[in-house]
Amino acid sequence: MDLALAPETLARWQFGITTVYHFLFVPLTISLAALTAILETAWVRTGKEHYLRATKFWGKLFLINIAMGVVTGIVQEFQFGMNWSDYSRFVGDIFGAPLAFEALIAFFFESTFIGLWIFGWDKLPKKLHCATIWIVSIGTVLSAYFIIAANAFMQHPVGYKIVERDGTKRAELTDFAKVLFQETTIVNFAHVISAAILVGGAFMTGIAIFHLRKKQHVRTMRMSMRLGLVTAFVGTLLTVISADTLGKVMYEQQPMKMSAAEALWETEKPAPFSLFAYGDVSKGHNDVAIEIPGILSFLAKNNFNAEIPGINDLNKEAQEKFGPGDYRPNIPTAYWSYRWMIGFGGVSMVLCTAGLWLTRKKFWLAPEHRTGADDVPKLMLTKKRELTPKLGKWWWRLSQWTLIFPLIGTAWGWIFTETGRQPWVVYGVLRTEDAVSPGVSQGEVLTSLIAFTLIYAILAVIEVKLLLKYIKKGPPELTEADLNPPTKIGGPGAGKGSDSDSDDDADRPMAFSY
Amino acid sequence: MELHDVWFVLIAVLWIGYFFLEGFDFGIGVLTKLLARNRVEKRVLINTIGPVWDGNEVWLLTAGGATFAAFPEWYATLFSGFYLPLLIILICLIVRGVAFEYRAKRPEERWQTNWEHAIFWTSLIPALLWGVAFGNIVRGVKIDAHKEYVGNFWDLLNPYAILGGLVTLTLFTFHGAVFASLKTVGDIRVRARKMALGLGLVTAVLALGFLIWTQADKGDGKSLIAMIVAVVALVGAIAAIKIGREGWSFALSGITIAAAVAMLFLTLFPNVMPSSLNEEWSLTVTNASSSPYTLKIMTWCAGVATPVVLLYQSWTYWVFRKRIGTQHIADAAH
Repeated sequence: MDLALAPETLARWQFGITTVYHFLFVPLTISLAALTAILETAWVRTGKEHYLRATKFWGKLFLINIAMGVVTGIVQEFQFGMNWSDYSRFVGDIFGAPLAFEALIAFFFESTFIGLWIFGWDKLPKKLHCATIWIVSIGTVLSAYFIIAANAFMQHPVGYKIVERDGTKRAELTDFAKVLFQETTIVNFAHVISAAILVGGAFMTGIAIFHLRKKQHVRTMRMSMRLGLVTAFVGTLLTVISADTLGKVMYEQQPMKMSAAEALWETEKPAPFSLFAYGDVSKGHNDVAIEIPGILSFLAKNNFNAEIPGINDLNKEAQEKFGPGDYRPNIPTAYWSYRWMIGFGGVSMVLCTAGLWLTRKKFWLAPEHRTGADDVPKLMLTKKRELTPKLGKWWWRLSQWTLIFPLIGTAWGWIFTETGRQPWVVYGVLRTEDAVSPGVSQGEVLTSLIAFTLIYAILAVIEVKLLLKYIKKGPPELTEADLNPPTKIGGPGAGKGSDSDSDDDADRPMAFSY
Repeated sequence: MELHDVWFVLIAVLWIGYFFLEGFDFGIGVLTKLLARNRVEKRVLINTIGPVWDGNEVWLLTAGGATFAAFPEWYATLFSGFYLPLLIILICLIVRGVAFEYRAKRPEERWQTNWEHAIFWTSLIPALLWGVAFGNIVRGVKIDAHKEYVGNFWDLLNPYAILGGLVTLTLFTFHGAVFASLKTVGDIRVRARKMALGLGLVTAVLALGFLIWTQADKGDGKSLIAMIVAVVALVGAIAAIKIGREGWSFALSGITIAAAVAMLFLTLFPNVMPSSLNEEWSLTVTNASSSPYTLKIMTWCAGVATPVVLLYQSWTYWVFRKRIGTQHIADAAH
């Protein structure tokens, strides 16, 4: 059988495509849920209308995203059984538990309360309505936690023993607390959530800039832009801190992955950080290497002189331990995905820091840049500190597109962490080639790969078009009903008090309908 | 009762929950073409399940996750064995979810019509295929000594399983029609009742055939009781809708679903997936289950979480308890 079309290869492609695709919606969902909840809380507490408009606007974009996140998530749960049945048999005892917890604790929360939030504008008092989006937000975070606990077990298996039953070996759980709370889980979770915060902040900033550039919805968007920038800035700080911790943990647990990320073929002391490398995988060395000495040692071990093991030595070590074979992941993929992750993350960091600086209070309020309360301040700074107007214009226009940078960064992050683990599906315990479904034919996997890719591509076009439509449309005008939510559960008009009203109100259109 | 038996029951309960809840929202999806006369009526129907269908679907995800955790061998054999039908179901669920959320988000007629077609087909096909899948599980499929499914796609399309599929399709549509008559006002409610009556009779004929076949083939005393409950409840549901007791009818059509699913699980036990090749090779609650430790943790989780879930999901139904009609659909809403 042609290796390129072997069921294992196809199943891996399918997993990669469906996972990366699913994960475009996950970080956006996590952060937009929280941001929407924050905005609605601001509306409930202050009663200022622009907060409500912002809630409705960002909430709508959130809903368009979560719809895709939910439906693509279903595939994630079922493809373990479909394409990776031997994996499921081997680790189901351990891996299934966090998945079931996720469904029972997080999914039910999310999906039930999102229904209440969408349709509940005229049915719930505003504080209660606000609480539903907070519960959705908590649900998204819990869901991420359980899934990352499951993934962390694949990266660094703990709390299990290998048992033989009916002639086949499988892993059995011995300590669930270890799986849920091991360092790998916590550090990974911190990194993923930080990145999600960054993604949502950048998304909000980019869209707010779009409207400010057009000088529309200024009040709402100016507030959104600042909120987005602060969010992105906090996210980027947390991402860097968690990345540093995660890197060190990885060097302890998965040195091969990290050395592959650096194309560090031979063990070195001190080890340099690679800026650019081009090499020959079959010979195991780099032809071109541009490096900064000592930095890798510092990043990995907090010591500029630490010894860092190279790929070739690690491979030999693994061969001694696990028998003959190639224990290297795909080095170019690991190397470049790592760089793209850091690159897009780093650029975002610079941009949101710059954005935060440029839009700080005195620029916003500088009298010469204002003509009215809701006017767009001139970001294109002339005179002493200002850039030329032309550059300024492009600055705005470009910055609007940076909204997707963190999203690209997170996608590469997953590609890195998952390919870097190869050839293992459970690190050091189960090989990917032993995890596929033995009974599933090449044709079947190919069919599903094509089906999912096609349908995901079509949905991507639809989703982006829809997002653009609603982005361009901007925040909605508020109606009387929006500003006077019911005071009693079960509205509409439940708050009006007397029963004589209820007949009229019974025929009032729903505040939201499909 | 050992823990793996408890989990067998819990998984049956999850499927009952799933078919009870998503049963009527699949039914509503099918009825958008059978019952609604115009676009506004379609929207009325869709909005009867608007706030709840997403929560209903999680019952499936939970059933899947719980099977993975409590019976990994069952999960592995079932999902890799029923590969193509499952693929079709997954694609339907993807498109269906998006269709509900996106249909009203653009005003163009073609956009909305396309999503309406999607809602119909992606409700009908899973409603049919779940029955086919369960028919095959109960009947037994070609499982070899390594717990692998060795049959092919066409083996799954046998008369018994297809009859099972038609039963779930008609039963869910009936259940949906009763739900529609319970949740709407005006003309559409009157027609929903009439349609429920007709659908109920068709369902009764098919279901009776399927259940008797099942009982004759695999049944024992317990399954007979479940079967009788299912049949009596179905007849009751039809009678109740005839005399206009919509709430009773809905409760009874729900009981029909619960009892029928319970009957299938009763005929399975202690197998979870019998082998048609050799009885020795069947997957059972013991040889397919997780370790007692995992089951214990899962039991704690389910014991604490399930009542809470039931509580807040019921609350949702209560919040949205009002009937809706064409007057509640604002023209400009999207």
